[in-house]
Amino acid sequence: MAEKINQKQNFLKGIVKDNPVFVMLLGMCPTLGVTSSAFNGLGMGIATLFVLLMSNIVVSLIKSQIPSKVRIPAFIIIIASFVTIVEMVLEAFIPFLYEQLGIFIPLIVVNCLILGRAEAFASKNTLLSSIIDGIGMGIGFTIALTALGAVREILGNGSIFDLRFVSEDANTFILFILPPGAFIALAYLSLLFNKLTLKSN
Amino acid sequence: MEYIIILIAAVFVNNIVLSQFLGICPFLGVSNKVSTSVGMSGAVLFVMTIATLATYLLHEFILVPSGLDYLRTITFILVIASLVQMLEIMLKKVSPPLYQALGVFLPLITTNCAVLGVAILALGLEDASLLKAVFFAIAHSIGFALALIVFASIREQLELANLPKGMQGVPINLLVAGLLSLAFLGFTGLV
Repeated sequence: MAEKINQKQNFLKGIVKDNPVFVMLLGMCPTLGVTSSAFNGLGMGIATLFVLLMSNIVVSLIKSQIPSKVRIPAFIIIIASFVTIVEMVLEAFIPFLYEQLGIFIPLIVVNCLILGRAEAFASKNTLLSSIIDGIGMGIGFTIALTALGAVREILGNGSIFDLRFVSEDANTFILFILPPGAFIALAYLSLLFNKLTLKSN
Repeated sequence: MEYIIILIAAVFVNNIVLSQFLGICPFLGVSNKVSTSVGMSGAVLFVMTIATLATYLLHEFILVPSGLDYLRTITFILVIASLVQMLEIMLKKVSPPLYQALGVFLPLITTNCAVLGVAILALGLEDASLLKAVFFAIAHSIGFALALIVFASIREQLELANLPKGMQGVPINLLVAGLLSLAFLGFTGLV
């Protein structure tokens, strides 16, 4: 790697310029599927962050050992191992979250974001850049999921992180915690994101 | 009767895309033309059925008896990835016309979380049997096809519409998907 990468930009690109959810549209299934509350979104974001960081580290360390023809299956095995670790740890220590996220935990394996970063970044860059890229992308993903979860929880349930701010029997937009609300809330969030980035350019 | 309920539940009530959020990537990615969405649906039907058959047998006869249940995620994704590769090679030899029709979509399916998702969900069926698991996979891929083709037809019309700048692309597609999902919500309570 002859070219020098600006590490600060490398870190920030995952959060704004190449945000995995709003800009690159990667990992949409968990984004829409688990964000019925801010806590679930945060939990999913951190689980994905961990898998992404670890897979970036391992792929970057052994990139010269993997023959290029079988690199995709090799990446998938590395990712699947870390997903299994996350699955077991969550089941043992945070059973509540494990139940809430359900099938979306094993499905972290097929999150295109992780495989995409392994293929497009970690297999071509140094260990340090890959770690920073993994953390940046992971934080960008976590922020997007938490924001979407917060919007849906506030509108749909009148609470945030389980802290209620309206009375128990107040009318809230239940639609937003149901499936259609996920699509609609994300549509307006990405509209907002588009507007903000268009303006700053 | 039981099978009819599985079919209706999978296609309308718990539609895999619009209410379970599996397979969103191809749903948003290859839905700009009706013809490509039909091809993708065919490929998903094909792969999902065979993959569920294979993973169900693997789980029932190898993983559970040897107590290796926790290896489910790794083994399933490997089986699906190699199955897709194998199907591609076999189709090329055995049925070139079918390969022509499905060919480009096959590699995309490995990262389609609907396939892995249905394979895992099929294990949790009530008094599961091999036949039921395979039927479950077929029913879900019909649901996938319905959602994808309806969405693609709407998007074809949408290209003629005059939209504000920030709304073009992703936001309007998600909004259409949301309204479609709202329509499917009406089927709740059918079974």
